[in-house]
Amino acid sequence: MRYVHTSGNVLNLTRRSFLRVSASAAGGLLVSLYFALPLAAQEGAQPKPKAYPPDAFVQIKPDGKILITVNRLEFGQGVYTSLPMILADEMDADWSQVIAELAPAAEVYKDPLFGIQMVGGSGSIAHSFQQYRELGAKTRAMLVAAAADQWKVSPDQCRTEASVVHGPSGQLAKYAELAQAAAKQPVPATVQLKDPSQFRLVGKRVRRLDSRPKCDGSIKFGLDLDLPGMKTAVVAHPPVFGGSVKTFDDKAARSMEGVREVFEIPLVRGTAVAVVADKFWTAKQARDRLKIDWDLSAAKPADSAQLFADYKELAHAPGNVAANRGDQNAMDAVAASNRIVAEYEFPYLAHAPMEPLNTTIRFDGDRAEVWAGSQFQTVDQMAIAEVLGLKPEQVTFHTEMAGGGFGRRAVPDSHVQREAAAIAKRLRGTPVKLVWTREDDVQGGYYRPMHVHRVEIGIGQNGMPTAWRHVIVGQSLVTGTPFAAMLIKNGVDETAVEGTADTHYNIPNFHVSAHHPQVNVPVLWWRSVGHTHNGFVMETLVDELATRAKMDPIAYRLKLLSPDAKKLRACLALLEEKSATWRNSVPPNHAVGIACHESFETGVACAVEVSIDDQRPRIHRATIAVDPGVAVNPLTIESQMQGGLGFGVTQLMAKGAITLKNGRVEQRNFDGYTPPYIKDAPVAVDVHIVPSTEKPSGCGEPPVPAIAPAVVNALAKLTGKRYRNLPLASI
Amino acid sequence: METYDITVNGVPKQVTVDPGTPLLWVLREDLKMTGTKYGCGIAACGACTVHLGGVATRSCVVPISLVGSRSVVTIEAMADDPIGHAVQDEWVSLDVVQCGYCQSGQIMSAVALLKSIPKPTDKEIEESMGGNLCRCATYVRIREAIKSASQQLKT
Repeated sequence: MRYVHTSGNVLNLTRRSFLRVSASAAGGLLVSLYFALPLAAQEGAQPKPKAYPPDAFVQIKPDGKILITVNRLEFGQGVYTSLPMILADEMDADWSQVIAELAPAAEVYKDPLFGIQMVGGSGSIAHSFQQYRELGAKTRAMLVAAAADQWKVSPDQCRTEASVVHGPSGQLAKYAELAQAAAKQPVPATVQLKDPSQFRLVGKRVRRLDSRPKCDGSIKFGLDLDLPGMKTAVVAHPPVFGGSVKTFDDKAARSMEGVREVFEIPLVRGTAVAVVADKFWTAKQARDRLKIDWDLSAAKPADSAQLFADYKELAHAPGNVAANRGDQNAMDAVAASNRIVAEYEFPYLAHAPMEPLNTTIRFDGDRAEVWAGSQFQTVDQMAIAEVLGLKPEQVTFHTEMAGGGFGRRAVPDSHVQREAAAIAKRLRGTPVKLVWTREDDVQGGYYRPMHVHRVEIGIGQNGMPTAWRHVIVGQSLVTGTPFAAMLIKNGVDETAVEGTADTHYNIPNFHVSAHHPQVNVPVLWWRSVGHTHNGFVMETLVDELATRAKMDPIAYRLKLLSPDAKKLRACLALLEEKSATWRNSVPPNHAVGIACHESFETGVACAVEVSIDDQRPRIHRATIAVDPGVAVNPLTIESQMQGGLGFGVTQLMAKGAITLKNGRVEQRNFDGYTPPYIKDAPVAVDVHIVPSTEKPSGCGEPPVPAIAPAVVNALAKLTGKRYRNLPLASI
Repeated sequence: METYDITVNGVPKQVTVDPGTPLLWVLREDLKMTGTKYGCGIAACGACTVHLGGVATRSCVVPISLVGSRSVVTIEAMADDPIGHAVQDEWVSLDVVQCGYCQSGQIMSAVALLKSIPKPTDKEIEESMGGNLCRCATYVRIREAIKSASQQLKT
């Protein structure tokens, strides 16, 4: 691990801390660079003050309801509940009266560390824990001060519980009664936070605030939005990324009742044809009737088979150096019989969130209003403003509930929002909902990139690796985006090598390098990002080493881990304890697989019980141990671990791949690109959380990398084969 | 355009739409009942599941012209259905949902299962729920909630 020391804090030099350093050093520079908007005034600005006005986050209503504003998108991960918990706890609010809302795009709701309003890097709780605690404590202090003024006592003599201030002589005042007076109190500059032993909500299994409306059909996602006079748009995209419209015939489309407009729009790459109709179904039918002659001369066609061949060739030579410890030539001293040479293939993967992508915009000439389930409000707001010729502050941006995302709604080039803005610009004054169909989503790019890994390992006499040479080939996620300056170092995209270059395994002679070919396929971060493939490679190879050494897979990992890998060590120990009984008594033809991986500063270790059923892996159970620091809501963490393991099974599905031939995506919908259904996911998952007082880290992404290697490690025991190519087409 | 009389959640409705319009889009856009979700349009994800004549059906592939006199029941009616309500309660009690987008369809499939098989086996749960995709992979808790609802209904 590499570290940078700043003002006494030890920061892990990963994506997160790059963003932190950059954001605090340059304010809005991050996005202004990319969009070339006139934000010169922000350049060189002082680090933003870390004081947040409580009234932007908490409203105490006359009926006692307490509305807490969530500065993040809710798309399953649970922040709609856990952030209010943190604030309500310090505030001593009556939890039964707490309601939540999603914040619109605004300066005050930007991520305190990233400097833009976003969800990513499993950072919501990690970055806003302290922020929401302070907001809650300040709100409480203002309520207490108001009560103390009223009673002519010192605030120190008052205590609070369940939205009531108690005075020294038995006085009582409800928060709702104090709200107006409290709002006139000065916001304290500093505030005493609770001792964790005093937490009433943090650390408890608290149920979600959004369950009931998600179970009775009443909750509104972005796609459910209905505005007076609203029209629906769909877009006919070029068949090859970057293609353009040469000519198009829209006679048949326009002849349909309910079709309002058909016109060409610019894309981030190339051009397309938009169809606007009164209703979705009409728009979609009309799109099918378009006759478009495409100009594909500038669109270099990608081909998966050819890319894999090219990548494998590249992988035989070292790329730009991502990690280099010890002697790079140590491998040459190892006898061939003591070496493992392994080559891995990973396909493109679509995120395929259940709610198809959509954005609604109404453009009124001098202002615009947007409704979108966005992980990147700041970036999307600026992109829309740019297309409409507005300033970002002229774009009101409502954050809508989103049906999943997994990174797909955090797009540096805001391509969906740009399409929607181009359409809204033409339909001035009319709200237009742009809908991407599932086919648009599966075929529309922005995939987890393809990768090839080539690894050579030299094994010492005790069965431990003495030399490790690792070459990773895959597109950079951030080249050409505002994140490039922060994330590309020495020609290496950190997101491509995370989980390998910064491994916690202690390998004396260790060399990792990367090639980033340019390919005409848009790529994007996919839940747990580079850890999806790096975790798979590391954990399958370490398992293979353990098997060769005839050692228990948990014991081997503990031996190989560096002494300072505290979280992974704690997870493996807890996993050992919680799974030993069942691991030692699995039925015949079942096998156990192990994997552990740390990402986003959260450690996980899991054990799975697997058999082969109809030529597919059947995951009978999983036990997972997780160390996320302070567990804010253990119930949410349990759900994230279970769901994250299930999501990770996507990598193993027989049809878990996006492939291209002659530039065309070969899958269209869930029949061709098939994520895990109920029978594919683990049947049961028990989750165990390492007790901790460390600052909280994220839980959305860390379980994802663990499941696929654990399952194939179990399969290896059943079949004797090692599985290095995904998807798992056959066993 | 044709005019159709259908019964949705026991209420007669009249819509004038193209005969090929899927029931899903009639519900969502003409009747403004957005609890039923669009996920794929090819009956591969189950987000659009409704009960058509009492049978769990993917409304994205049923043209309005084929609905006829069969009753249409959607997620919006589940709170008033004894089994529907029990299933919703267990979903809430066990904190099943994450993003929640697929859950209307999951619940409609689960209710249809419990209406035909009050005490389903693990295999029957897996078969009945086998076409309902959840990208958040809430499957472990879906299984538990169905079993728990089944227990509630017995007593």
